[in-house]
Amino acid sequence: AVSLPFAVGQCGNQVGCRFWDLALREHAAVNKKGIYDEALSSFFRNVDTRVVCLLTEFKFFPFSKALLIDMEEGVVNEILQGPLRDVFDGKQLITDVSGSGNNWAVGHKIYGCQYRENIVEKLRKAAEHCDCLQCFFIIHSMGGGTGSGLGTFVLNLLEEEFPEAYRFVTSVYPSGEDDVITSPYNSVLAMKELNEHADCVLPIENESLFEIVNKIHQMINSGKLGSTVKQNSLVTSSAGSAKTLQEKPFDAMNNIVANLLLNLTSSARFEGSLNMDLNEISMNLVPFPRLHYLVSSLTPLYTLADVNVPSRRLDQMFSDAFSRDHQLIQADPKHSLYLACALLVRGNVQVSDLRRNIERLKPSLHFVSWNQEGWKTGLCSVPPVGHSHSLLALANNTCVKPTFIELKDRFMKLYKKKAHLHHYLQIDGMEQSCFSEAISSLSDLIEEYNELDATKGGPRIDASRLKIAV
Amino acid sequence: MSIVTVQLGQCGNQIGHEVFSALCSDIRGTHGLCSKKENESYQDSCKERFFCQEQSAVPIARAVLVDMEPKVISQTLSMAARSGHWKYNSHSHFCQKQGSGNNWANGYCVHGPRHKEAIMNLVQREAEKCDRLGGFFTIMSMAGGTGSGLGAFVTQCLRDAFPTSFLLNHVIWPYGTGEVIVQNYNSVLTLSHLYHSADALLVHENDVIHKICSQLMNIKQISFRDVNRVIAHQLGSVFQPTHTAGGGSGYSRNPLGDLLETLVPHPEFHMLGLRNIPQMAESSLPYSTFSWPGLLKHLRQMLIANAPMEEGIDWQVRPPHPGSCIPSTNKPLHFNTSIANLVILRGKDVHGVDLGSFQDPSLYTSWLNPQDAFNAWKTPRAFNKYEKSAALVSNSQFLLKPLDSIIGKAWNMFASKAYLHQYTKFGIQEEDFLDCFTTLEQVVSSYTNL
Repeated sequence: AVSLPFAVGQCGNQVGCRFWDLALREHAAVNKKGIYDEALSSFFRNVDTRVVCLLTEFKFFPFSKALLIDMEEGVVNEILQGPLRDVFDGKQLITDVSGSGNNWAVGHKIYGCQYRENIVEKLRKAAEHCDCLQCFFIIHSMGGGTGSGLGTFVLNLLEEEFPEAYRFVTSVYPSGEDDVITSPYNSVLAMKELNEHADCVLPIENESLFEIVNKIHQMINSGKLGSTVKQNSLVTSSAGSAKTLQEKPFDAMNNIVANLLLNLTSSARFEGSLNMDLNEISMNLVPFPRLHYLVSSLTPLYTLADVNVPSRRLDQMFSDAFSRDHQLIQADPKHSLYLACALLVRGNVQVSDLRRNIERLKPSLHFVSWNQEGWKTGLCSVPPVGHSHSLLALANNTCVKPTFIELKDRFMKLYKKKAHLHHYLQIDGMEQSCFSEAISSLSDLIEEYNELDATKGGPRIDASRLKIAV
Repeated sequence: MSIVTVQLGQCGNQIGHEVFSALCSDIRGTHGLCSKKENESYQDSCKERFFCQEQSAVPIARAVLVDMEPKVISQTLSMAARSGHWKYNSHSHFCQKQGSGNNWANGYCVHGPRHKEAIMNLVQREAEKCDRLGGFFTIMSMAGGTGSGLGAFVTQCLRDAFPTSFLLNHVIWPYGTGEVIVQNYNSVLTLSHLYHSADALLVHENDVIHKICSQLMNIKQISFRDVNRVIAHQLGSVFQPTHTAGGGSGYSRNPLGDLLETLVPHPEFHMLGLRNIPQMAESSLPYSTFSWPGLLKHLRQMLIANAPMEEGIDWQVRPPHPGSCIPSTNKPLHFNTSIANLVILRGKDVHGVDLGSFQDPSLYTSWLNPQDAFNAWKTPRAFNKYEKSAALVSNSQFLLKPLDSIIGKAWNMFASKAYLHQYTKFGIQEEDFLDCFTTLEQVVSSYTNL
């Protein structure tokens, strides 16, 4: 089954670029014969069999099936001049020059309108190359103008044009110290769209990515551990990929997100004893339509060079997946309420390892009363590059609430004073009601989480069963 | 008579492969411990039942492989071919690309009708290759979306297209602590639908098999492959050829029919459990000896106490005193009442074995004669390197507790309406759920009041 990724805006495209690079690296490591196979067809199409792809020694040309959209040319141009330039063709790109000025309304209303037909046409073309289009991925940030505004416009468009395909969105949320003053407006306006039109959202916070990067730096430089780390195993590294020149500041952080997406789709691309496809993730982790925000964590963050993995290291990997400092947003799932949890394991891990760890960790976690055993599990045989095994945990957990509450607070600070509002209201199609509806949507969502939290720790009451006349 | 196997979904296909592997390896083995003539007769009978030779050098499994995504079928086909000893027919499979998303409604309401013709064509072709069709054996899990939903639909189609053929569903019950979060919904939907179409359900529970792997087989890092191999061994011990009592000198020609006739006297009761003894790591086999009295004593207690395996049996459980009319609510705690039982003995010295203990009327409900409630099949031909082995297929209260537990969890979730939108989206409404719950509560009630 095929997933079609969209990278929208600067952040989206920078992450997207890392994603394509690491995807090629992963497939090259697995696909020794260099022949176009089923696994590759998830993301790449086979364009020209006569040309050998220098990046990976594939005996064909892997053309990504993605769409890259940006209203500024800088990032996309860089991609087109870099080592990945041959992976994309001009028909997959939509760019403009002036950017969206960090204004959601410009991205959503103006560019949305302007580029609608262009996007639909390119979308249809891209879909034609897909044997069976199952899912769309949007990669964007929430705080700016293009990723946030045009990105959510594309989300709407996808629902209209391809209502049966799932819409997964990887959204980078702004931090409190974001240098874009209007990021709360952009984010809340975008949230309304995510609430209403996305099937699954994976929120990411830069602070968390930053902390993970630091943690790894400290570990490498501490010199404490006797063994050295395998460079290409770092969840932050580009080692072994096409990117050879100097690392840009966000590269390490973007690699984490790229790895998230690779792990998410691994079971759909590679074989395993218990497959977990994207539509299964949506099915099992979204008990009610609006509660579709999933907190993610990736472990391990690195692998030591020694090959043997005693089982306590394996168990440590499971424990880490639930720790605060491995989550990709500022959240602590252990002390909040789980609605559902998914564990996708890659590599040499078997069902007994999974079961042992679930039994071990379960007692310290709080699950909602109607889903006490709410675990979805997947086993994929192929580990990520540089690792013998890895784990992606996805949690539908009320610990997202603080992120949303903070966002709402930051929004209200500006909104009460009507600060910068005119930049938005002067755009055709924007009215005060857009803002009030957006904040209302966010408030309702927060309230739903509040109601769930209120049930935490309460007595477990089993609903009385149907009685059958004997 | 030949049996056509339909492998549905990832689980169905993975297990199906292990089953055919086990059957093939058993007949190729030199451990038969019986006369050459007996062995040849056994091999021929097995081949007729499960394989087709045609002009191929290698036996071809009589199977149709169905899945809504390609990876598993592709793996299954190639693993079989690589064995060099058997394979699947390269055309007897049907797959799509997008999977069923663990959604029963998607499997049943969307994929089922959409692909009915293609799938039934494949089944028809396999059926036509059989000189005499002995019935259908479907393998599926009830936790996912394809095996469960599409499996339920295909079962109905089989029933409609072959109304006089026997239809046995092999259903895998998932681990209690989730493999799939909506597994209880999928299970309730599957079981209630199968109950109406199939002749019987033969059940394996992952939790039970897992215990066998860890405690009896001593496997440290248990994989699904290990679990599937144990299941395949247990199925083989039931379906490999045997002589039925009074069936003349040859091997039974109608395994499914015989099985159903002995075990399903009443259509309201057709959930069958399976036990097998002994079970151990292959490396331990040469150092072990068995006696029939010992094996049967354990097997009987496994039946009475509802123990999954020969270790950890509760020997305190006893049947109620014969002759006393005790209402079911006053029966000894944990005692497993049977409707009918079938014991299958394979290996050395089978013919003199005393099975009187299984004919004890106190084991059974009052409405069948003990002579009718119990049957035994035997063969001197040893199975899968076990010098002596016994299998028990039981129509009893084995599955009552697990079934009740699944219904309870599903009901709790249903009461909160969680995940319902995922099902209504594809055409299963709340009323449909209620119907299914009602059907299953009825089954629970019936089995409880034995």
